[in-house]
Amino acid sequence: MSKFGFEIAKDLRRDLDCSDTLLFSYVKSRQPDILKCIGCGSCSATCPASVYKQTSFRRSILMLERGEVKELKSLIEGCMLCGKCNIVCPRGINTRDIILTINELFIENKL
Amino acid sequence: MKERIIFGFDPFVIPFTLGMVFIILYLLTGTTRIVLSLSNSERVSLFKSLFSRSLFKSIKEIFTDVLLHIKIFKRNALLGYMHSSIAFGWFMLIFIGHLEVMLYTPHRNGVLYYPVFFRFFVMETNETLRGAFFFFLMDLFLLIVLTGVSLAIYKRFRSIKLGMKRTSKHKPGDKIAMIALWMVFPLRLIAESFTADISGGSFLTKGVNKILFNFVSNHDYMLPVWWAYSSVLAIFLFALPFSRYMHIPTEILLIFLRNAGIKSTSSRDGFAETEIYSCSSCGICIDACPMLSVEEKSKYTTVYLIRLLRRRKSESLGAVNQCLMCRKCVELCPVQIDSCRLKLLKKGEVFQNGVFNHNYRKDEVEKKEQSVNIKEQDGIIYYAGCMTHLTPAIYTSFIKILKRANIPYLFADEDGSVCCGRPLILSGGESSAKALIRENTALIESCTYKTLVLSCPICLKVFKENYELKDVRIIHHSEYIDELISKKVIEVEMSDMSAIYHDPCDLGRGCLVYDAPRRALSKVVALQTIDSEKRESICCGGSLASRKFSYSEKREVASDSLNTLIAMDPDLLITSCPLCLKTFSSVNRKETLDIAQLIEKQMIKH
Repeated sequence: MSKFGFEIAKDLRRDLDCSDTLLFSYVKSRQPDILKCIGCGSCSATCPASVYKQTSFRRSILMLERGEVKELKSLIEGCMLCGKCNIVCPRGINTRDIILTINELFIENKL
Repeated sequence: MKERIIFGFDPFVIPFTLGMVFIILYLLTGTTRIVLSLSNSERVSLFKSLFSRSLFKSIKEIFTDVLLHIKIFKRNALLGYMHSSIAFGWFMLIFIGHLEVMLYTPHRNGVLYYPVFFRFFVMETNETLRGAFFFFLMDLFLLIVLTGVSLAIYKRFRSIKLGMKRTSKHKPGDKIAMIALWMVFPLRLIAESFTADISGGSFLTKGVNKILFNFVSNHDYMLPVWWAYSSVLAIFLFALPFSRYMHIPTEILLIFLRNAGIKSTSSRDGFAETEIYSCSSCGICIDACPMLSVEEKSKYTTVYLIRLLRRRKSESLGAVNQCLMCRKCVELCPVQIDSCRLKLLKKGEVFQNGVFNHNYRKDEVEKKEQSVNIKEQDGIIYYAGCMTHLTPAIYTSFIKILKRANIPYLFADEDGSVCCGRPLILSGGESSAKALIRENTALIESCTYKTLVLSCPICLKVFKENYELKDVRIIHHSEYIDELISKKVIEVEMSDMSAIYHDPCDLGRGCLVYDAPRRALSKVVALQTIDSEKRESICCGGSLASRKFSYSEKREVASDSLNTLIAMDPDLLITSCPLCLKTFSSVNRKETLDIAQLIEKQMIKH
């Protein structure tokens, strides 16, 4: 409750013209499932890692599309690959493959 | 018997001798290379095992597995006969050939080609009776091999008659060696028949000899046949290292290495290399593979993967990522190649951690409240696992059972916990999984009870294999329920329903729990049995191991597996894995239940 109160909201503006979508297109070419996402948030709701870290698969797709690589990393670094998101996804997205692909791209591009 | 050719030599033996020298040198270098690539301790244990009891075990296994193929016999008698007739028959031909040389022409002992072409070099004398015994044996084994070869040829066209829906597709090297092998024995029959009236023969060669002489009566014609026989043998021997038949010599080395307790530690160390070369491409793993439900995945089955590994192709990684890791191919492999271990090692070698960081929750795991009055061993720690939290019906039922039985329990991960680590290990990240294992070990050790009951077979396997929990008994909830029923702690009543039990891969083949759930279930339902159960159970397709299976492909595997299970139209499909439950529920029209749910339903409530 310590954080309760009012404060000035963070600036939510994103300059989409400058966003780096290279990573997104890489992931898209290796695992096109990512395009199926409807952003329902079932994955984030069921994620056991979200209890301990700021882990959210839904948000990570969003950040990937926007090219926010730093934030993307913090959103999936806690992932334990348990596969719960894979099972609950109403669109049947192969979430584990997407996360592993992102992991590989981070290594390949030395991000 | 006496020698017919004075120097004991004829130019036709040259191709065979060259082939034989080549293969002996090749095998010597190969064996030395593998023994050298073992670590020092492994070499010591291999050396020790040669002077201990395991030597007898190895020799026994060489007889039962390499020569007689008992394991294939148990699967399909005709297929077993095909394999063992060629292997054992040929071995006996070679063995008796050497005996003959030792007995009749001892001065030719050690001449490479002499036992093989013995009939060419000798002629019958008055003491035929002594020879007749061997003639008969040689003809008998030649006949056995010939029947085996004809079955092998037949199998290429109609494999289903030998119990195989699919056989492996061959590479050019395999084809050359295979056709040469097929031709060796008919040519041997013709060659030996040609000389049967000179050097003696029995029911087969004498008979063919009489028929042959209706067409060709001149003995000069026999030389081309002996040339052909020798050349075909040479082709086989030269093609051997580049073909699947390399498994014949390698399997013997594999048996010795395995009985010395050596295991592979990388996908290409000495042991792994021996395993890879021991694969006979028999194709038994193709029919076993659940991936076959999706037609285009058949190229990723174990036999083809091992071929890719053998040729060091980079595509092998793609194939490894497809596998569902159900271990059925390992279970059915007549050579017992632990291909799943190879796959895991391969995954681990390429896995790099680019983003993951699992070092969370540094704060102490709070001690769970426990009542002090109860003796420590009376209660249980219950760990549901991620998947069971997706199917809360399982843990709700199990906890109801515990309450009914008045068993004190601690729900270790009631509010969720970190994952057990197995999904990460299955993706190759064994080192990253250590952080998770540490977390969970701390969680379990904070509880004072000494029995850990798990609902998820995936967790069970990793807790048993990768965790070092001291004095903690780790069991699955189906085993625990079985114990409760057999100790009469809970009482159940029989229902009028029929059911089929699906063995989850990680519980059955993974942890060898087959009978406990069946024993418990037989008290409450009429349990049906099918052929593909226990060690031959088919994966539900929900496996976390496969990285590349899409949702629809998983569903195809699930419905194929389900159709096999419900062949006899049971009222219920029972399983004991939350993931199997989830997968089957989405395709099964009738009810799918976990064993805990059913037992809870049938419990007598006083």
